[in-house]
Amino acid sequence: MALVERSTPYQSSWAERIPTAWWIAGLVALIMPAFVNDFILFQVFGWTFVLGMIALSLMFLAGYGGMVSLIQMSVAALGGYMVAIFGTSGVAAISMDLPWWLYIPIAVIVAAAFGTLVGALAVRTEGIYTIMITLAIASAFFYFTRQNYGIFNGYSGFNLVVPPHLFGVDWRQPMPFYYLTLGCAVLSYLAVVYVSRSPFGLALQGVRDNPRRMAALGFNVTAHRIAAYTFASVIAAFGGILLVWQNAQISPGTAGIPAVIDILVIAVVGGVRRPIGPFIGALIYTVLRTFSPDILTGFGLSGERFKLLIGLGFLAVVFFSPDGVLGLWERWRARKGRGRDPLTGEAK
Amino acid sequence: MTLLDTRRSSETLASVSSGNALELRGVTKMFGALAAIEDITLSVRPGERRAVLGSNGAGKTTLFNCITGDFLPTSGTIRLFGEDVSNFPAYERIRRGLRRTYQISLLFGGLTVSDNVYLACRGVSRGRFSLLRPRRGDPLLTRTAELIEAVHMTASGDTLVSELSYGQQRQLEIALALAGAPRFILFDEPAAGLSPTERAELVAILTGLPSHIGFIIIEHDMDVALRVAESVTMMHNGRIFKEGTPEEIENDPEVQELYLGDGHG
Repeated sequence: MALVERSTPYQSSWAERIPTAWWIAGLVALIMPAFVNDFILFQVFGWTFVLGMIALSLMFLAGYGGMVSLIQMSVAALGGYMVAIFGTSGVAAISMDLPWWLYIPIAVIVAAAFGTLVGALAVRTEGIYTIMITLAIASAFFYFTRQNYGIFNGYSGFNLVVPPHLFGVDWRQPMPFYYLTLGCAVLSYLAVVYVSRSPFGLALQGVRDNPRRMAALGFNVTAHRIAAYTFASVIAAFGGILLVWQNAQISPGTAGIPAVIDILVIAVVGGVRRPIGPFIGALIYTVLRTFSPDILTGFGLSGERFKLLIGLGFLAVVFFSPDGVLGLWERWRARKGRGRDPLTGEAK
Repeated sequence: MTLLDTRRSSETLASVSSGNALELRGVTKMFGALAAIEDITLSVRPGERRAVLGSNGAGKTTLFNCITGDFLPTSGTIRLFGEDVSNFPAYERIRRGLRRTYQISLLFGGLTVSDNVYLACRGVSRGRFSLLRPRRGDPLLTRTAELIEAVHMTASGDTLVSELSYGQQRQLEIALALAGAPRFILFDEPAAGLSPTERAELVAILTGLPSHIGFIIIEHDMDVALRVAESVTMMHNGRIFKEGTPEEIENDPEVQELYLGDGHG
């Protein structure tokens, strides 16, 4: 049910098909730095876009491919590690100081290769077993990076990993970083939307709905699932590169089990049926994480308990709306009578 | 892949001499200790239209599943246009011109009619992994529209398949089987649950197929089966019971007893 734009699916009058609300959201995102302070730009929106991209890669696999993968955070972290290892960091003994136009492609290729490999192992399983096998590999990745000092610098990881100073801009300053992450998030979002209607994306949704029939139509189902992991891993890798720049450091904890689970929570809370869901989930997650310690201490509770709030929110969403906040919103719109006709699916 | 390609070309040469569209030798499928089909030997000429009859549990659908590769037979060989496809996955057999419809419609309910047919066309052509959306005027889109028209569904091209009536879903099943360049089609009870009008339309579609396309049809409705088929195979308890022309089968006392005795009369 992932195809929302139904009429004229192959034609390209795309500008007219974008609802007004999206134009407004785009405009607000563009002029945001004029209204909010650097903290909000960097700590709230920066994180939202970065985590949203990593969760988007999970949404692509889960929403279009029906495969719930817990490896996306590890793929992102591997991309981040590659930036630290092939680029510049505070650990001069390991980092190779290659230029950015070399270490970024290397990072993406290595991370995508890793994601593809994990996918090749995971696609032979279904449902809960896919979750288990990817979780197992994610924990193995965590312990491996923590114990390996030759490449991953073990427990302490890498610090002082910053984006290159391109065009005379310090991309780690709040406003440039905001636009950098916004641009990457929008590009990856558009890529997913576009690919979802390409032959590959359609076939992936066919595989999700009915793998047996897809094989009877001439599709190699296994190869399609593995290719979906590759595509998702490229997005996760870019998210990971931005993540390491945002933190200016990377260590095993970046892809620890809590972080792995967070990505799942973000995707589920936002909704995995549409590519905007992970970004909504990431915004909710980041806002809660940033501001709930203040609220909690106001009530005399420990500020570290913000995960309790997120956990309760997760429970509430899963309980009331299995398709996330986005699903709540769509049902609310439908009840207001402005949504789609339940019989024909046409917009009223 | 090169290994496969060389095998393919040498097999293609062999197919010229053998001349059968489909050839089964001693095909057996066991589910545990139960033989769903046993020692089936069957050959169908290119362009031949064959009906497979038999009561429930006779093994007709299992036979189809073995031919398409939905599951592999326990023993025996299956040759498609002379090529041994016994160990090929389903998609490799489909790419060689085999098609099938399912008894219980297996469609993509979350996609539109056009998307379903487009996927079927894409499955047997290049660019299955293409990340580029098809442009206006893409030959596959034209072909998709033609197929939808061929099964009289032009009006519902943009309808979600889950919103179609049962009869329309059956029609769509047939459109999917006609995608690409089919050489041999397996129809699994295409008339089941259709109204008399829809049945007449189905017969028209089946008899109107180009003469080079052979098919096997499983059908309980003798009227449909005997009108479209030129030869009949009767199955009983997983084995082939009788083969012959429709007249021979219809007038065979053993067949009559079997069919009437089973309460199908």
